[in-house]
Order: sequence, then structure tokens, then C-alpha cells
Amino acid sequence: MKRFFSSSLARGLLWQLIGTLVGIGLITGIRAAMRLPATVDAFFFTEPAWVLGALFGGLFFVSANGSVSDWFKWARGIDTPEHHEEHYTGWEKYINVSLDHKVIGVQYTLLSLILICIGGLFALIFRTELAASELQFLTVDMKLFSQNGPQLFNTLMSLHGMLMIQGILLGVAGIINYVVPLLLGAQDMAFPRLNAFSFWLGVPGSIILLSSLVLGGFDTGWTGYPPLSTRAPVGVQMFFLGVFFLGWSSILGGLNVVATVIRVRAKSMTAFRMPIFVWAAVATSIITMTATQLIGLSFQLVMFQRLLGMGFFDPAKGGNPILYQHLFWFYSHPAVYVFVLPGLGVISELLPVFARKPLYGYRWIAMSSLGIALVGFMVWAHHMFASGMNEYLRVPFMYSTLLVGIPTGVKFFSWIATIWKGKIDFHTPMLFVLGAIVVFLLGGITGPVLAAISVDMHLTDTYFVVGHFHDTIFGGFVFPFFAALYYWFPKATGRRMSETLGKIHFWIMTPSFLVLQFGMMRIGLLGMRRRVVDYDSALGFDFTHLVLTIAGYLIAISIALFLYNFFNSIKNGEKAEGNVWNSRSPEWQVPSPMPMHNYDQPFEVVGEPYDYGLPGSKYVEFAAPAKSKHQ
Amino acid sequence: MRHYVIVGILVIVVTTLTYAGLYSVDLLPVAASLQAGSINDVGSIDWLWNWELVVMSFLFALIIVPMFYSLIVYRRRKGDTSDGEHIEGNTTLEIVWTVLPLILVFAFAYMGAYSLGEIRRVDPNAITIKVEARQFTWTFEYPEYGIFSQELHLPVDQQVVLKMTSKDVIHSFWVPEFRVKQDVVPGRVTEYIITPTLLGNYKVRCAELCGASHYSMQNAVIVDSQVNFDSWIAEQAAVASASSQTPEGLGQLLAVKNGCTGCHSIDGTKLTGPTWLGLYGRDVVLTDGTLVTANDTYITESILDSNAKIVEGFSTPSPMPAYILTQEEIANIIAYIKTLQ
Repeated sequence: MKRFFSSSLARGLLWQLIGTLVGIGLITGIRAAMRLPATVDAFFFTEPAWVLGALFGGLFFVSANGSVSDWFKWARGIDTPEHHEEHYTGWEKYINVSLDHKVIGVQYTLLSLILICIGGLFALIFRTELAASELQFLTVDMKLFSQNGPQLFNTLMSLHGMLMIQGILLGVAGIINYVVPLLLGAQDMAFPRLNAFSFWLGVPGSIILLSSLVLGGFDTGWTGYPPLSTRAPVGVQMFFLGVFFLGWSSILGGLNVVATVIRVRAKSMTAFRMPIFVWAAVATSIITMTATQLIGLSFQLVMFQRLLGMGFFDPAKGGNPILYQHLFWFYSHPAVYVFVLPGLGVISELLPVFARKPLYGYRWIAMSSLGIALVGFMVWAHHMFASGMNEYLRVPFMYSTLLVGIPTGVKFFSWIATIWKGKIDFHTPMLFVLGAIVVFLLGGITGPVLAAISVDMHLTDTYFVVGHFHDTIFGGFVFPFFAALYYWFPKATGRRMSETLGKIHFWIMTPSFLVLQFGMMRIGLLGMRRRVVDYDSALGFDFTHLVLTIAGYLIAISIALFLYNFFNSIKNGEKAEGNVWNSRSPEWQVPSPMPMHNYDQPFEVVGEPYDYGLPGSKYVEFAAPAKSKHQ
Repeated sequence: MRHYVIVGILVIVVTTLTYAGLYSVDLLPVAASLQAGSINDVGSIDWLWNWELVVMSFLFALIIVPMFYSLIVYRRRKGDTSDGEHIEGNTTLEIVWTVLPLILVFAFAYMGAYSLGEIRRVDPNAITIKVEARQFTWTFEYPEYGIFSQELHLPVDQQVVLKMTSKDVIHSFWVPEFRVKQDVVPGRVTEYIITPTLLGNYKVRCAELCGASHYSMQNAVIVDSQVNFDSWIAEQAAVASASSQTPEGLGQLLAVKNGCTGCHSIDGTKLTGPTWLGLYGRDVVLTDGTLVTANDTYITESILDSNAKIVEGFSTPSPMPAYILTQEEIANIIAYIKTLQ
């Protein structure tokens, strides 16, 4: 316990609390001095006080926990070593500031798992409520965190969305951080301090985001459309600020990845000899680096409208509520590709290993990632076909949206061609890769249906969209994320996770999820609106909703099994220090767990990355036998 | 070669079976408008949806069949430690599966645009109905007849144009049987063009999250024969002119026009707000536990500032907007409430 209280994390949390109090005190003091009401009935302090408090809290956290101390020292003219020696071992590494990309990768992944689990629990709560028509326990009479049942439902539903999104962004950052420098043969990311700073921004950001739950929540959905969001309780400001911090983290993280890939590749690793996952990481980082600002901006405008009375989206003051939707979706559509491109990269990276065949059409897959990223910027208004925006905008956006199908199709065809005539192994990571392809396919073929405007007029804002979206995210992120965790776990720990538990996890989660998404689409087509706490029993959806709830619980059980497997295997897993998957990738040519500064000997690229089945070929060659050093 | 032939046949079989399966279950609710149409009405929504089912079934089979075929045929046999064939790719094939889908995409985009044009086609004889959405109810105005209603009555086989606007936040007008959905935005008027074709009772439900009681924002939609529609109009007009003679009658008209009865039932049902049945003169328990008698002062205060006193069991803050009504109008509404005993 003592070691926890002296950690960077504990120090950051303490200072976040102090910062929050300072911010609140400042505004409240100024208001008192100006003889304005300093406190209010709802949540005691005024909204500006809470906002400045949360902002200060986040800034104090990152200033005090040590992630910026080197920059402060440089500013004062004090030199610091390029690499810091690692003071901590075991779990303590992960709650203290580290500049090692592998530690940061694990930190990201753990924070991601925490957010995803909380988001999942929220989903279970409202899924339970939805199991039957009428209000069961989220009733109008109940009261929690000054919200009644339907209000709490809206908050939980909104937070489920945003926590999952942030959890996914952090999970993406986790995999990229851990894997990309290893694949490139780099010692670390291009900017290790910026890397640590990006991660630590995520911690106070997540706390602020979660604090919205107790500050009245917000009933706007994760989309936060005004005018609804301008009327929501103060919790909506915590939602905005939390996303602000996490978005900041995301922008800096993307910048770092692009710089790393450009600057620190192994000798002879030309663009088309990079492992394919690196291409996906670059495509994703270009989006985070350039589009995240727009969601920040749109939230900031609503924040200012609330705090300062500026009428950006208020028709009474000449504002335009539709403008918000354009700004919001300009990020939030490409964001979906941020979630799925790394996942599709994992699929492309792992398929050759388990099919024992070269990746079919490497260059086409690499280019398709960039293609998706670029086209993804031109499709945002397809979320707004029924919004009342200019009618003439609809058809061009339908064309551009349907174009996304082309690079995505290239990926699917190339994957199938990769496993065709292979020698397929069904290890746990491969199962999740195959599950990802099936689920993402279902998401892929239901997409064009939504793009075709007249049918979308029926489908938009229904459970059909919810089903389609969960398909793309489970297929594009959740399944590949698990594949990646099972696959690279031995690299990080020197042990492997139980294959049996992994397969049980897969065989519970996959059918449950398929039932879940088919059920959602089915009732969506028949008239089930999204984001409702209750539905008319006359619609006849009770049975389907019960099935959906059971499927949701089964998924939760499978994830619990995964978590047990994950944490148990760190200590008790079967030892796996060699090339567990018989991969050609450089990180598997050295023993696990990976040493502190990665490769002791630099390697040179001497062949193609995925030449499985070509006798005598090699991808990388180490300057001297790498193994002898580590015995 | 054998493998390609088998996969080709299986793709056709699976496509057919998938489509047949999807076609045989009723995926969409009954079609009740010209815009929804049927699979034979070229340009209608259900026509486009049917073609989408065909394409979805084909694309599904095209990927799933070779995938599962490979997983079975090319699985690793026990004791085999060799690698697969060294095939790196084929540029011609990549170009083929880029260009062919591109053609498909453009064909579909064209069909989509064509269908959009069809469902937006305006009939010069269309009648106009004004729609006002507010948290959490809809009010319909028939401007030609000066009628306000909480129910949307539509004549069959006659195009109507709904001119919609919102008093507060964004709502969305959706009748699943009509297929089309349109957001209702404060500060602007959006149009909803529909031609009902099937007699019946439907529900319009708000499809855009609009706050705490979003789930219960629904009103009745009644598609009637022209004769019945006309007599409903005549009846409403008669009621309106009769009501305008008495204070309670005027109050009732105001209550409908302002959407009051969308949240305050007149039959004792608990909706978003307290029922008006038996309200006047009763003792009401507030959220802070105090008792207050529902007299003129209390009701007037509640209409002008709904947050002043909130009844136990209802949401805080109250979602009811501040109404700007004259003293006389308020008195009329209270007179109407008095009649609901």
C-alpha cells in the first residue's frame, strides 16, 4: 500500500483533487467578490466553478505526477539523461511514469480494459432494464445521483458510448505503442517523453469523464447534439472536458506514431517492407492527428454557449444547430476508422502467421488502409441524411460513402486469398482473427444499405444502426484486440495465456455476439428506436429484448473469463520465451519478455516480411547472434 | 480447378438460400405509404431494400463460402509442419476486385439517388399540415380549417406535406409503416412528404433523443378514408367553434394547441406530467414533502414557471417549457381543468 501512495499515479490523483478545489475556489471566490450567487442548489457550486475545477484538476495531475518533469528541467537549463533507468519492477512499473514504450503500451492497454469494463457494466445495467417492456427498476420514482430512472438510463447509455470510444482509442494506442517500435526495430518511440505525457493525460481525462455520472449525468447520447446538450445538467460539461483531455492525448499519440515510423526504422526497411500493421498504424494516426481537433472544437463551442451565453447553436440568437452536427461528424466519422484500421491491421498481420502463407497483395492492403483513411474524411454527412441539412448535399455524400466499400473490399478479398491454399492453424489468436473477419463482414455489408439515402430514412436512429455499428466495432476492434492480446501476451510476459480458456472465451463470445447483432437489426427494421428506456409492448419486441439481454450477459461472462486468464497467466501461465507462433516478425526472433531497450543488436531487413513457404528466406538478420547475450 | 468450381457453385447456392431466407421473413413492418411502396414499385423504398437484400446475400456468400471452404479444406493436418504455398499476389486479380465493385457501387448510388428523387416527388394537390414538436409531444395544425389536434388524421391516397418545426430541441418524426423519417429542428421548418395508402392506426414516435421522456414521445396517426377524414374535420371544426363560446371550451382548445395534454392526461394516466383529472382543489404532495392545494394560484404559478413547485414522482428539473400566456388564457385553461373531475 505504501508503494502505491508514493507512486506517480497517487501523486497525480492527489494533485487532481487539489487542482479541482483550487479551480472551484477561484471561481466561487470571484463570484462572491462580485456579489454574484456563489453557490446554487444543484451540485452546490456553479457550473463555471465545476468546469474550471475539472480543467485545473486535469492540468494539475499531469504537471505533478512527473510526466513533464524533464521538460521543466530543460526549461531551467538542467540536462537529463536520454533514457531513464527503470526504478520499478513488477506492477509498480505501471503506476509510475515510464518512458519505455512497452510499459506505456501496457499502461494504455490496462486503462483501456478498465474503461471498457466500466462501459460494459453500464450496458449490462440498461440491458437489464430493457429485458422487458415497461420500466422495471429505472422507474420515474427512483432517484440516484439526482437523476430519475429514465434520466439515469440516458446517462448510462451516453456514458456507455463515450467510455467505449475512449477505451477503444486507448486500446488502439496500447497495441500501437507496444508493437510498432518492435516491428520497426526501434529502441523506443520518436518522442518518449511526449509518449508518457500522452498516456498520463488519459488518466485524469477518464476520471473527469466518469465524474459526469455523479454531477447530474447528461441525457444527450455521446453525440451531444445541441440544443439538448445546452439544456443538460452540469454533467455534460464533465463529458466535454473528459473528451477534451482524451482527445489531446490522442492527437499527441498520433503525431508520435507518424514521427516514429518516418524517422526510426531498421536498416533497409523501405516503405513496402514494413510489417503491414505499421501501415495501419500510420493511417490511423493521420486521422487522429488531423481530425480530433474538430470534436474538441464542437464540444468547446457548446461549452462556451453554456458558460458565456454565446449563441453558436441557438436559433434565437442566429445560431444553427445543424452546424454542430457537421463539425461533430467531421471527426466522429473518421474516428470510426481510427477504431477499426488498427484492428484490420492486426488481421492482416496475423493471418499469414497462422495460414503459413504470404500476405496476399501486400501493397494493395497497405494502400487500402490509406484509402479508407482518406475517403473517410469525405463521408461525414451520411450521419445527417434526415437532419434537415441542405437537400442537395445528400446525393454526393451517398456516392462518397459507398466508395469506402472499395478499399474495404480489397482487404476482404486479399484476406480470403491469403488463407486459400494455406496450412491453417487454429490457435486462439487465429480464432479471434477469423471471428473478426466474419463479424466485420456483417458490419461491412449492412453499411451500404445505410448509405443509400431513401432506405436510410427508415433505418437511421433505429436499432438497425446500433447493430451495424456494433458489428463494425466488434469486428474491427474487439475481436482483433483480443487476437492481439493473446498473440503478443507472451512477448510482454514470457508466458502464454491458457489456450483452453481462450477458446472457451471465443466460443461463448462469438455466438452471443452474433445473436445480439442479428436481434438488434431485426427489431430495428421493425421499428425499434435507439436510445429509449422503454418500448411499447404492442410492438412485440419483448422476447427479442430478453434474448438480447441474455446474449449481453454471456458476452460479459466470456470477458470475465478472459480477464481471469489474462491476470492469472501473468504469474502462472505456461512459460513461452521463444518464437511461440513460429513467426517471421523481428520481435519473435529474440527471447521473451522483451528486454528493456528492445533489441541488443540492431537488425537489417533482408527480405519480404511475409515470405512463408519460401524455403531459406528471411525477413530480418541481426548484426550478431542476438540470443547469446540473453542467456 | 476443382476447388474453384465447388466454391463457385456454393457461392450461388448460399446466395440463393440467404436471399430466400431473408425474403421469407417479414423484415419490414407493413408498408402504408406510396413512398414505402412494394418491391415491384420501381423507385420506392421497399424496392431499393429488396435489391439491397440481393446484393447483401451475394457479398455475404462471396466472402463466407471461400473462407469456410479454406478453413475446412486447407486446415493443418496432424503431424504436418510444412508451410502453405508461396503465393504473393496477383495484380490483375486485385484490379478486377477493385473495378467490379466500383461499378456495383455506382450502380447502387444511382439507384439510391433515383429512389430519393421518387420519394421526394411533390404532388401539386398536396395538403399542408403544420407540425409542432416539443418535449415530449406533437401538435398538429390543419391551417386550412383552423383546427389543432394531438392526433394526426390523414386521408388515404392523398399526398400531405408536413411542415415541421420544434419549440425546443431536435426531434425526429417517424412512422415505421411510412418508412420515411425527418428530423424536426428548432429555428427552421423541415418538410415531410407522405402519401398514406393503407387505412389504419399507427404511431408517430420521436426518433431523435430529446431528453428524459424521449421514450414516451408518441402520438396517434390515423389514416382514414376521404369521407371519414372530411367528417372528422367537420366535427373538429364544430367542436372548435362551439368551444370558443365558453371559457372552459377555449381552455380546452388552448390545451390542445399548446400541447399541454400531450404530457398531462385528462383520463388519469400518468404521463410526463401530473394528470389533470381531478386535479383542481386536490392536495398535491411536492418533492420536498410539503402539501399544496391545487387552486388558481398554484396552477397559474406552475404554468408560468414549472420549476417553482414540482410534484412528487416527477422529474427535476421539469422538462416543461415556460409558456407565455395571457391572464385570460390561463383563466380559461383553469376553467377547463375544473371540468375534469
